[in-house]
Amino acid sequence: MTAPRTLYDKIWDDHVAHRSDDGTCLLYIDRHLVHEVTSPQAFEGLRMAGRKVRAPEKTIAVPDHNVPTTTGREARIDNEESRIQVETLDRNARDFGIHYYPVSDIRQGIVHIIGPEQGWTLPGTTIVCGDSHTATHGAFGALAHGIGTSEVEHVLATQTLIQKKSKNMKVEITGTLGPGVTAKDITMAVIGATGTAGGTGHVIEYCGEAIRALSMEGRMTVCNMAIEGGARAGLIAPDEKTFDYLRGRPHAPKGAAWEAALAFWRTLHTDEGAHFDKVVTIRAEDIAPLVTWGTSPEDVLPITATVPDPESFAGGKVEAARRALDYMGLKPGTRLADVAIDAVFIGSCTNGRIEDLRAAAAILRGRRLAPGVRGMVVPGSGLVRHQAEEEGLAQVFIDAGFEWRLAGCSMCLGMNPDQLAPGERCAATSNRNFEGRQGYKGRTHLMSPAMAAAAAITGRLTDVREMMAETV
Amino acid sequence: MDSFTNLTGIAAPMPLVNIDTDMIIPKQFLKTIKRSGLGRNLFDEMRYDREGNEIADFVLNRPEAKGCQILVAGRNIGCGSSREHAPWALLDFGIRCVISTSFADIFYNNCFKNGILPVTLPAEAVAHLMKDAEKGANARIMIDLPAQTVTAADGTVFAFDIDPFKKHCLVNGLDDIGLSLEKVSAIDAYEAQARTQRPWL
Repeated sequence: MTAPRTLYDKIWDDHVAHRSDDGTCLLYIDRHLVHEVTSPQAFEGLRMAGRKVRAPEKTIAVPDHNVPTTTGREARIDNEESRIQVETLDRNARDFGIHYYPVSDIRQGIVHIIGPEQGWTLPGTTIVCGDSHTATHGAFGALAHGIGTSEVEHVLATQTLIQKKSKNMKVEITGTLGPGVTAKDITMAVIGATGTAGGTGHVIEYCGEAIRALSMEGRMTVCNMAIEGGARAGLIAPDEKTFDYLRGRPHAPKGAAWEAALAFWRTLHTDEGAHFDKVVTIRAEDIAPLVTWGTSPEDVLPITATVPDPESFAGGKVEAARRALDYMGLKPGTRLADVAIDAVFIGSCTNGRIEDLRAAAAILRGRRLAPGVRGMVVPGSGLVRHQAEEEGLAQVFIDAGFEWRLAGCSMCLGMNPDQLAPGERCAATSNRNFEGRQGYKGRTHLMSPAMAAAAAITGRLTDVREMMAETV
Repeated sequence: MDSFTNLTGIAAPMPLVNIDTDMIIPKQFLKTIKRSGLGRNLFDEMRYDREGNEIADFVLNRPEAKGCQILVAGRNIGCGSSREHAPWALLDFGIRCVISTSFADIFYNNCFKNGILPVTLPAEAVAHLMKDAEKGANARIMIDLPAQTVTAADGTVFAFDIDPFKKHCLVNGLDDIGLSLEKVSAIDAYEAQARTQRPWL
């Protein structure tokens, strides 16, 4: 009898290609996703050492971080540095023979959106990418790590990653979410409860009734922000929803291979009695629609709350909170629902999928952006964009006064021209509210797509539940 | 990669918690296709005003931080983006060692790949070293990686833990890829076995 194992234990055990006496392992990588910003130096390293990509058939490249989201980009990218990075990726993909989705391809999009969309992301696999939000793929029961560029080079050359095993952490969300409360609120609530270092050194498995009830899109949103809680990866055990999502995807197995895969995937769950080093339990009923007030994703409060007093914190957080409020231009005691916004950003690998656009459009239908507020919708991929157009969602956004953009990371990190101006305040569906993240001196409030849509209409942070009552 | 054994130097104090990699190197500097030259833009938005003038009271602009090679930081430094540009910028600026109570995972790993030693110490030790750091050149900190100790200016010695393999690589300036490729037969064997067990991949 083997001891009961967690889902993480099982995937880990399946991928150890070499183990040293001190526990340092070479973990085999099934899928390596590559984008233009964190890969040029890695390919250059390969060239300088005369090395090849060991498994080009398992390596997928796409430009997403710095590409413009306006039309004409396939012909020309104006920013010279961005253009050089994208051209470098073009050349590297061609020279090393890896799968590539250029901006001219409708399948281009944010790397973490197209991986699942194209069926590259499969249960029980190991996935890495030179991007911290690689955790997204954990929604399929895949062990997915963000890595640095040196590690990108290491994976390109060896198809393995030097790793020691992390600890197991269980995050259980019991019960049922209330109306207007979404996957984004779950993942923000977890970070609010555990802090941005709460998961450090751990792989989180999210479980419980509220997680099971989420769609695959929602599960990706939850796992996406595992890194914001410090975790090395986030995982959700695959189930029928996972299999239904994957069936028929271009790179998912077909026919007999599908049946064999399915039989294996059904074994991918944590065994009864398996050990977790840390357990956090949150009741879904206790989660309200959330927004961030500060400059760390742990600075989370219900929309019904007021801006906190920095003195109410402990230790180094007092100074950090003071600095955050100064940066955000907020005063303690202000009702969050009274905070006026200048911009709305709907998109990113956290919330740029079709379900996110549906949720925002449901609130926006027949309504308009508040005067003076700028709104931008950036679908996560060309295919999401196409589907949203087919479903009539694009028209809802356009009618509401939003800009309807091409796919990319866009204003989530503002590497391309999509940026906030200094002092501008944004209701954003992305994942980081760091200083300068969306533009120099820009101010970011993180929230769900439905909450961002509600803020767009009123021009201030808004409890989406009030809007939903109006709709009914 | 340069090896790291002993270092005696000036430290800069940054007690702020959750120093993220966007702070360390803002995104506008990620458009490079090189690893070098990022030191000028280390902590760019905290260090310079919009016109590019140095902000006098930012720690790295103060005269006492001149020539610093050590950064003493608040907890959870390096959180956020996986950008290795963060350690590249630190290294290019001249920082070879970062001391904190805790590090974000990816940043911690990225430091080792670039010859930077991240040292994790308990809160009291970091507080002690933070005081040294505030004194600039009047309080040099001594780091001995082989012995796994940090010695404060007053002679207090703090021992730290470090993964033996990471230490070995750093002390000897070893290239990870070269080491892993020595195990290529194990990787070949794994691939052959995985092809039988999970042929759909």
